[in-house]
This record gives sequence, structure tokens and C-alpha cells, in this order.
Amino acid sequence: MIPAEFDYLAPTSVEEVIAALAEHGDDAKILAGGQSLLPVLRMRLNAPEVVIDLGRIEALRGVRDDGDAIVIGAMTPHSVVGGDPLVAEHALLITKAVEHLADAQVRHRGTFGGALAHADPAGDLGAPALALGAQFVIAGAGGTRTVEADDFFVDLFETAIEDGEVLTEVRIPKHTGWGARYEKFVRVAHQWPIVAIAATVRAEGGTIAEARVGMTNMGSTPLRARAVEAALTGQPATEDAVRAAAAQAADGANPPSDLNGDADYRRHLATVLTRRAVLSAAGA
Amino acid sequence: MTTLQDPPVESSPEIGRERRRKEDQRLITGRTRWTDNIVLPGMLHLAMVRSPFAHARITSIDTTEAKASRNVVTVLTGADLGESQGTLINAWAITTDQVTPAHPPMPSDRVSFAGEIVAVVVARTAAEARDAAELVDVEYDELPAAIDLKAAAAADSTSGVLAHPDLGTNKSAFWKFDSAEAGTGGDVDAAIEKARGDGIVIEREYRQQRLIPAFMEPRSTVVDPTGEQITMWSATQIPHILRFALAATTGVPESKIRVIAPDVGGGFGGKLQTTPEEWLTFCIANRLGKPVKYTETRSESLMVAHHGRDQWQKLTMSAEKDGTVTGLKVELLADLGSHVSLVGGGVPVLGAFMFNAIYKFPAYQFNCQTVLTNKTWTDAYRGAGRPEATFAIERLMTELAAELDVDPIEIRRKNWITHEEFPFMSVAGLEYDTGNYEAATDKALEMFGYDDLRAEQQRRRESGDPIQLGIGVSTFTEMCGLAPSRVLGQLNYGAGGWEHAAVRMLATGKVEVVTGASAHGQGHETAFSQIVADRLGVPFEDVEVLHGDTQTSPRGLDTYGSRSLVVGGEALVRAADKVIEKAKPIAAHLLEASVDDIEFAEGRLSVRGTDQGVAITEVAAAVFAAHDYPEGIEPSIDSEATYDPVNFNYPHGTHLCAMEVDTETGGVKIRKYVCVDDIGTIINPMIVAGQVHGGLVQGIAQALWEEAVYDDAGTLVSGSFVDYLLPTAADTLSFDVDHTSSPSTTNTLGTKGVGEAGTIASTPAVVNAVVDAIRHFGVDDVTMPCTPERVWKAIHSRGAGGEAATEGAAAPHFDAAEGTEGAGA
Repeated sequence: MIPAEFDYLAPTSVEEVIAALAEHGDDAKILAGGQSLLPVLRMRLNAPEVVIDLGRIEALRGVRDDGDAIVIGAMTPHSVVGGDPLVAEHALLITKAVEHLADAQVRHRGTFGGALAHADPAGDLGAPALALGAQFVIAGAGGTRTVEADDFFVDLFETAIEDGEVLTEVRIPKHTGWGARYEKFVRVAHQWPIVAIAATVRAEGGTIAEARVGMTNMGSTPLRARAVEAALTGQPATEDAVRAAAAQAADGANPPSDLNGDADYRRHLATVLTRRAVLSAAGA
Repeated sequence: MTTLQDPPVESSPEIGRERRRKEDQRLITGRTRWTDNIVLPGMLHLAMVRSPFAHARITSIDTTEAKASRNVVTVLTGADLGESQGTLINAWAITTDQVTPAHPPMPSDRVSFAGEIVAVVVARTAAEARDAAELVDVEYDELPAAIDLKAAAAADSTSGVLAHPDLGTNKSAFWKFDSAEAGTGGDVDAAIEKARGDGIVIEREYRQQRLIPAFMEPRSTVVDPTGEQITMWSATQIPHILRFALAATTGVPESKIRVIAPDVGGGFGGKLQTTPEEWLTFCIANRLGKPVKYTETRSESLMVAHHGRDQWQKLTMSAEKDGTVTGLKVELLADLGSHVSLVGGGVPVLGAFMFNAIYKFPAYQFNCQTVLTNKTWTDAYRGAGRPEATFAIERLMTELAAELDVDPIEIRRKNWITHEEFPFMSVAGLEYDTGNYEAATDKALEMFGYDDLRAEQQRRRESGDPIQLGIGVSTFTEMCGLAPSRVLGQLNYGAGGWEHAAVRMLATGKVEVVTGASAHGQGHETAFSQIVADRLGVPFEDVEVLHGDTQTSPRGLDTYGSRSLVVGGEALVRAADKVIEKAKPIAAHLLEASVDDIEFAEGRLSVRGTDQGVAITEVAAAVFAAHDYPEGIEPSIDSEATYDPVNFNYPHGTHLCAMEVDTETGGVKIRKYVCVDDIGTIINPMIVAGQVHGGLVQGIAQALWEEAVYDDAGTLVSGSFVDYLLPTAADTLSFDVDHTSSPSTTNTLGTKGVGEAGTIASTPAVVNAVVDAIRHFGVDDVTMPCTPERVWKAIHSRGAGGEAATEGAAAPHFDAAEGTEGAGA
């Protein structure tokens, strides 16, 4: 498991990263926490000529309060995000998802922005980011731009980040007081989810005032179950009502078939897990 | 340096003490000699170029660019090495007419499985060798590949696909045992026919999926041809067999070869092999006259280190209407993969004697057809043949109970050998020395809370709870302590089954123990020290156990088949007893007494009826000086013994598994697991606990998680730990483990093997529990591994969930196509 030879750059500012990307173009890969890139290199599935390590850019780390949103730096490790009180207070769904993300070693090395930019449809952060309406701040030669979650995930391992750009931070609109549940279905603990459902709910009394539902590994990108969300609005947080809404979870999804299950099984799982996630998030 | 070892306790018997393992500090910290840690001056490194095709003709190999790559010494192909590479051997032709394909380490004309080596790059560093391997340009003419076991078994020279077209068949050998022919029982076909009239016949077909041993340390080999002897270090279970096989197939005299298995990081049978990589490293080091190292990657290890299991089992059991079994007929197809490897076809034969298990079946027949395919070869994997047999019979007994609507424990009680009936001659012709199935079962039932769990199961069924509860039973036995040499001879095995030990009494009072059983994680150093400390009355700390080097331990047959303690341990006891006998005349001389009056106890040789005595360590010092010892004997009390077992021994136990099945998702979760094993005398309870816990997890993993999957083209789909699901601690639970003891009568210490017991017993307990939870949905089987998808589909289609509900490529989590814009996660 020895990677092919590459040059290693360790810039200390985003400007240097953008300059390096401009210089090396397609020959360069960005290294964040390395939890996906390094296996790819070691298995020689990819052999970039240049690896640009973001690890020394302190400005990309940390969580801060920014009025109606919290902002998570792209290089913030999962373990920091998972333990951050601002995240727990205003974006509990992220906290819940990070609890189930890979294993402790990966959570200490892997980064919030790295995982989202990698855009593995089975990754645990895409669905929560989508459900919470996250905004992705991307820096490039022309300055920074902000991309809405709905536009960020383009395809398998493909995002709105263009050549020469780098993800710097993710803004998450506050969902203060919303309940949350990340319902992840795996065969062994360290596995990518076969299907996972990210649900966050604003409950008023026993009624679901608003619900947001994201789905992991139900297509080539994380998906948002808008039909379920619409059907849940104003419904009582009861088993029967949520079951009826959750039955639409897989509508329009195009899940993969693999050793862990075929597409039909995944569609079925999505309905069961959606019901469980929503009921739990609603405190029912 | 801190120490993990316990403080010494005076005069406490060592056997039965929960000693921490003396080898663990170095093994866990890695401050030791793993093969890959060996670095020699001027050492060169190998990288293998492997076929991506399961079956293809090699039309050309262009090594020009690779040879020109930085620091590459040479690139060698099968044509370059020719006969000089030697050949790999099959040590167990199970029949005299077995079809055994030629097995060059690196073929020159045709590859017969994906991963077969076609060229070797030799470079100054491992990284440069790996870089250059990608520059070797091999052209192939792809051939049809024999992948599916049943299709391969049905193929012949006129139809279907042959793994080796020149052989004209995929059938390697057909092996049969029939109790009527052997005189050990009746005619099974007659029993089945009778039962079709007035009794019950249970017919099932089970799949033993292909597994990957997935030991922790990838295989590694270093060969140093410098000097008079050629030294090979290898991460192997079998340094002695390896040395013999190298000499037998390369023409290099055995006396010129030294093989060292330094600390070896696990094997589970997966390092009971002689490998192409070892042969090529040996050949190339000799050819270049330089030390050479090869260490496989994890990807290579999963792809080409031999796999295990892979059988179809067709089973027919006849019984009377009261549940008394009258006969069992077994028809196996066993997938050998592309070649008949070292023990290859013998693995299913090791199961032949165990399908009848703990039961008094009056008639038994076993048929096994071994089959060649274009896949990685199969060989021993923890239990080797016996897990397959145990799975089949424990599933069948459960099915018989379900058919009769009686408790699965009751059907077993009705058919098992009672403890008064030992020694018992089984219908397969083995004499079981001791056992008490009633005692182990009664204890397990009590620990489990069997009746309460059955009541809860009933409640959940009646209320239609989405979480259903199942209870799985496995009352297993196995044959271990491989093996009596004469039995191996009758089975046409290529070697014996004895083991050798030596005890060296050092002048300073320390004791060196040399064993031919080569440890790879079992804890030999601790357990053998305990045995010798008790036997010779010396402190545990003063005993050093040496193994794994053909120069220090020239005689041995290595470690597999739960043999180290019951065969190697017995050799050690006998060598220690010889030390005492040799010390007696010297002690008599020193004490000026008659040798007839010398008695030995707790490390002292004393004159009977007096307080006169001398420590055995003092005798060792006396013969070292040799200033004063009796005439006519040698000045040494060092001793050796070779022990050839007279019988196998037969651990048994009762395993009970409570399984929760989520009927909405098919997800399964073990709630409770109880096992009561009878392994005779226990030397070290902590080592036993480790073996049982690890064994259980490996057996549970076959039931629930692990499967090596090939696609139709013969590419291993489950080629990384993303798709080959090994459990971790997070996936297991706290097992309730206890023991009963009926000491074996076939060895001095009364021990039985324990290394494979947990793996053999647990797989059927778990699958029986899954099926039991959902039987009321009309389900009578779930194919292993019992994935949630299979369980869910079984519930909803009233079937076994399909042979492989979905095949095909898994989600590409490590995909080459990811864009450059993405940061690594």
C-alpha cells in the first residue's frame, strides 16, 4: 500500500492554495483530513502529481456564531464539530450525525469540509447539510461565492466546487430548538451506511410544525425527501401519521444495488428509517 | 521498562493459573521481529505484477520500461525463471487418482485466477518496485472462466467451461465414506428408503460461503542467500513443513535451508500454506545472490492469500417419527479454486468424520467431490472442514425438531451419546474418549435462562412485535489435535502428525524449552512455561520457550488443527519427565544414595525417608561443571521427546444464542450468547477465554457478515475491508463463557484443543437463532451471511433470501474518478 510519488505542498493561507491550484490544475489534489484521499492514493486508484495539504491553514478551523447561522470552518475535525455546544444548540442534526460517523480515529482526523467536498453519497454529512439548508462558501481566483445546499451536490463525488476553487466554510442556518435524529442502518459499526435518514423536526405540542428530512446513500447524491416534509407539516407526531408520510420517502430516489442490498430493499429501508427518525426527532 | 507480567507466587501450581501472556508486551507494542521488520544490508525488494483476469493466455510481456525505471535491478517473468522457481505442492492427494494441475509459482503461458503472478519487479526500495510494476506491459488473450461451483462441477470437455482446459475436467477427486462398507454402521440408503415409508426424511441444501482468513499481519518473506545456508524468514504457521517443501521442490538440500518464522501476527489457517511469493523470493534471492524481501499489501492479501470454506452441502437425514435419527447422507461439492493447494482437497475430508457429531446415528455416508475453478485456491481456515460439518448437522437437527414440533434440545437429547457410553465408537469410525453432553447442556440452559427466553419469544410472536426473538442451539463436538500419523497415512496425507519438544537445563538454573509447534499468537510461550514450571518445579519466570526456527527447533510439524497443546504439550511433558529420569542417577551420586531411593517432587530430588535432597537446577549445574558425576552416563540432563498421538481428542460444548430480528428491516442483533465448553484440563483460563471469545466472533462473522464474492468474470468484488465485512469489538457483545470438564484420556494432562472450538460451534447457533426468530413466517433457512436484506426477503418471500440476493460492484467509496476539486474527507 505505497502511493505513487507526488510533490507535497503545505500552504498557510487560502490565497496560497488558490495560487497552487491555478499553477497545477488537474495534476493537484487537495488533502484535508486524508481519510478518503489517502486510501485512494495508497491503493493507487489515483496518482496526483501534487498534493496540497490544508492542514496548516488555521483560518479554516473552528465553529463560530454568525447571527442567524453558525459557521463551521472546512478544516474543523469531526470530533470538534461533534463536541461543539453551538452546533448542538443550533444544528443538533449535525451533532447526531457526527456521533455515528465512522470510528473515533476517523473522527479525529477527518474534517467537516473535507467529507462534504468528497461528496460520497454514502457519507454521513451530506444529508444533514441538505436537510438544514447549509450554505457552502467557496473561494477561487475571483473571490468567494456561496452555494446553496440544493445546488452543491452535483453527482457521485462531484460538487459545485469548480477547478481552481476550494471549500472554506459551511454556514448552517440556526435550527434552534429543533429535535433531531440520524437513523443509520449498517451491518457492522465501521461501515458506510446502507441507508441513513437525517431528520430534524420543530414540534409544537404534539404536532409537527416543520420537518426536514435528508437521505444518505439513496442516489448519486444526498437527497432531500421534500414530499415527506410536506406531508408531515401540521400532522400529529403519531406512529400512524408519520408512517403515512414516510411511505413517500423513496419516491424519486435512485438508490444503488450492491452487496449490502438491492435498490428495492433500500427503498423499503428508507421508509422504515424515515418513520423512526422523524418520530424520534419529534420526541414521540 | 514497565512489565505486564504478574508477580511471582510461591509454590502455586501453574497449571490452571490465569497467567498474563508473557509474549504480549512485545507483540502488542510491535517491539519485536515481525518479518517485515527484518532489514538486511543490500536488501532488494519485490513487487508482483498480477493478472487482472481469472483465466487468460499470456500473449506477451514487455518489461522494457519497467527495467529502465529508477533503481530497478531486474524484472523477471515465468519464462525467465522456468524450472528454477521450483513448484508448489499438494501434500494431501485425497485419492490416488486425484486430478492435480501443475502449480508453478509464476506461470509463463496461462493464468488461472485473478491475482496470479505474471512478473516480478526487483528494485532497491519497495516503493520503486511498486512504481515499476505498473510499467510492466502484459498482453492477455482472455479465456472463459469457470467461476460458479455448481456449473464447474457439471462441466466437461464437451460442454461448460474448464478451469484448466488441458485436464479435460474440473473434477479433481471424489472421496467417499460409507458406514456399511466400513463396517461401522448400516446402509444409509436403506434407512432413508424406510423412513420415506414410515418415518421422516429431512432434505436440505446449505451453502458454506467462501471466507477470507484476514489475519492481522499481511504475509511477508525475506530470503538471505549470504553464507553457507540460505535463510528464509516468513510470516508462516509452518516453518518446518515450508523447509521440507522448499528442499523437495527446488533441489536445494534441506540441510542448506534454514527457515525462521519470527513473531507471526495471526494465521487462522491462512498461513498454513506454501506460497508462490515464498518460492519466488527464494528463487530470486538465490539467483541474484542478494537478500530479498517481499511484503504483500492488504489488497493482495485479501485477493490471493488462500480462502476458506466454499462448499455446497446436500444433506439427507432419516428419522423415526419419534425423532430417533436412523441415517445421514452427505453429498458435498467443494471449491478448490484454481489449484489443489497444500492441504486443499483434504479440508472437506477433515469434516467427513464429524457430520455425525455427538449423535448415535446407525448409518452414515459421506460423499465429497472437489472441483477446480478459476478463483483463488481454498485451504484451511479456522476449523477446516469441521465448521462446515458442524453447521450442517446442527442446522439439520434443528430442522428435524421443527418438523416434529419439539424443542431442539429434546431432539438432541434423544440422539446424543450419553456420558455412560464413553468411550464410544462413532459411526464414522472414531473412538470418542470422553465427554458429557448432558452436563454441558444443563449448565448452559441454566446460565441462558432458556425457559424465560422461550416464554418471551412466545409473547413476542403472539403480540406481533416488530422485534422477534429467536433461540439457536449448537451442541457441537470436533476432532482436534491433528493427528495420529498412522491415521494420516491411511488418508494418504503427505506427512505425519507427531510433535517434538526438547528441554535444556541451563547451568544457571534457567530452563530452555524448544517446541516444534510454531506459535503465531496462541500464547505457547506462556502455556508451555506453565506446564514445564509445574513438571520440573522451577519458577514460571525461569522458563524460556523457543520456537519457529528450524535451527533452534530442528524437528517439528508446526501449529494448526488445535494441536499445539494436546500434541506439542504432551511431547513437552514427556521431555520434562526424561529430564527428571536423567537427573535421578546424578542426584543419587551427589547424595551418596541408591538411585532406587531417589524421588522427585516440587523441583527436588530427595532420598526417600530423609531430608537429604538436591534441586534439579543444582543437578543441571553439576553436570555443566561435570567435575563429579557417575561413571557410564553422559554429563547432561537435557532431554527430547517426539510424541505421536494415538487418537484425536474431542472437545465439545453447548452454545446458545438469543437473537433479536427486526422484522421491518431484517436487521439482526445478538442479545445473549452462552457457551459451556468441555475442553478437559485448562492450563491457562485467560488464554482459553481469549481463544473462545475470538473463535466465537469468527464463527458469528461467518453467520452474519463475511463473504468473499466474485463477479461473473472472476474478479473478487469484496476485495477490501469496505466490502469484506470484518467485525470489530463494536459489533460483538459480552459472551457468557463457562466450562465443564471431562479430561481427555489420550494425553497425560487431560487437555483437549480449544483453538477452533468457538468458530466451529457458533456459526450454526447463530443461524439457528435467526431462523428460529422468523420460522413462524414460513422461513426454514437464511443463506449465510444472514444479511438484513436476506432476512427481510426471507420474511417477505418465505424463502432463504436467495443464494446471493444481490451481486455486483459495491459503491465505489474509494473511486478514482473523484474530481480534483474535492478535498479529502
